[in-house]
Amino acid sequence: MNLTLTLTKKEIRSYFNAPAAYIVLVIFLLLSGWFFASPLFINNQANLRSLFGIIPLLYLFFIPAITMGLISREKNSGTIELLATLPIKDEQIIMGKFWASLLLIGIGLLFTLIHLITIVILGTNVDYGSLFCGYLGLLLLGAVYSSIGIFASSISSNQIVSLIISFFIILFFFVIKYFLIFVPDFLVGLFQYISIDYHLSNITRGVIDTRNIIYFISLTLLFLKLAQTALENRNWK
Amino acid sequence: MISLKNLTKDYGSLRAVDHINFEINDGEILGFLGPNGAGKTTTLKMITCFLPITSGEIEVENMNIKNNQLEIKKLIGYLPENNPLYVDMTVYDYLKFIADIRIIPNFKSRIKEVVERCGLNGVVHKPINTLSKGYKQRVGIAQAILHNPKILILDEPTSGLDPNQIVEIRELIKELGKEKTLLISSHILQEVQAVCNRIVIINKGKIVADGSTEELQSNFQNKTKLILGLMAPEAEIQEIPKTIDEINILSISKQDENSFIVELEFESATDKRAEIFNFVKSQNWTLLEMYRENISLEAVFRNLTIEGGEK
Repeated sequence: MNLTLTLTKKEIRSYFNAPAAYIVLVIFLLLSGWFFASPLFINNQANLRSLFGIIPLLYLFFIPAITMGLISREKNSGTIELLATLPIKDEQIIMGKFWASLLLIGIGLLFTLIHLITIVILGTNVDYGSLFCGYLGLLLLGAVYSSIGIFASSISSNQIVSLIISFFIILFFFVIKYFLIFVPDFLVGLFQYISIDYHLSNITRGVIDTRNIIYFISLTLLFLKLAQTALENRNWK
Repeated sequence: MISLKNLTKDYGSLRAVDHINFEINDGEILGFLGPNGAGKTTTLKMITCFLPITSGEIEVENMNIKNNQLEIKKLIGYLPENNPLYVDMTVYDYLKFIADIRIIPNFKSRIKEVVERCGLNGVVHKPINTLSKGYKQRVGIAQAILHNPKILILDEPTSGLDPNQIVEIRELIKELGKEKTLLISSHILQEVQAVCNRIVIINKGKIVADGSTEELQSNFQNKTKLILGLMAPEAEIQEIPKTIDEINILSISKQDENSFIVELEFESATDKRAEIFNFVKSQNWTLLEMYRENISLEAVFRNLTIEGGEK
């Protein structure tokens, strides 16, 4: 079996061996359910738009929580030494953990399909194309945030420190669009390009542009590479 | 075979390992001895490809560590210091995970074999965090030997265990030493003395001694101590060196009314026991006991590491 996959399996198992993953999933689903149900009952709107609007905000809290321990816990308990002295590449360690966290996010997103069923039962016309784009965008966003979380986890042996670092890095990408009015004109383009929301809104509108996809994938790879570098540089003791 | 050439490791400005050289031959059980903080663990971490080398070279089976890390990792079984384990897994799941990463064919029968060998039969399906420290140590060793490695590196394998567990683990190590090249680090002398056939002593990042147990003992002091239990007048005991040459009295301690324990030291390697006995007989003293005491490895170790510290 592929070593990356073996590690992913181990991480998924350890997610579900502990209550933390269940708690995160339950809270995620409660909140996303509430944001789906309230416009449904208050405004008589049966659509997933507000749900797609709120999930990036939920990510801001949940992804740091599910990624914080991935490497820092191994550093803290010393098992990183065990893992790193097994015949597995650092790159495979990072990727194994990345896929595990993305899989957990995917499981969370899968559960939100229940809202789609509600809409279909209520008889609303569903634009499956834009729905697909919406989920694709959320998955890509989850990948970026996971890689940031793993990077933060790889630079500290303290989970809480990792949580705070990843929260603030994600927050930076999240709020940068609100600062566009403060930056000089010639920088607006650059800042807009950095802003996650700019790319995400394109995708969730139903436009799949390679530029946006490349943005998400390159940002993910950048942080995974940084995490790998941090892991390789083992002089923390 | 593992060979270290001018191996050096710096942590910032601190030099943890300072140009050390030694070789571990196939089939050897090498004890890597030194006080805490001497650089033992750092050296082992470099051999197992965990820490990068500052300068120097490590070769394992003629492969340089710089470009053959994956191959070298496959040859080595490693029990890190403090025995880190994935404690939320059961023993079986843990060994299965290691087997998957190491790509062991027929892992089921191999796990069974190793479990039996390490005496883990009763606890295979228990979560590791419910096991006693001795069992955890066995799990750590089971993990290290799972892929039947040629080289086994154990970093302080018995630290923190109770005396019974220490004996058990040592038996297991001795058993393993029959078929593998073994490198064991320890700061406990008896342990190294009990299982190893060669000892390298490191202090402050430098190697201060390298040789077999006997060699180290004899190199460091040719002098042998002789302990006598005598019933004789104290003043006359003081006179012994006047009659017998090349003998010093180290101490005389009073046991009761008229018996003494006398510690003697020979100045040369010649055995003077017969002369002493004859002398005692001629004086009509009563000899209660007489035995030789070899300079213990402990004394050698203290000598080396404390002297090294003062230099």
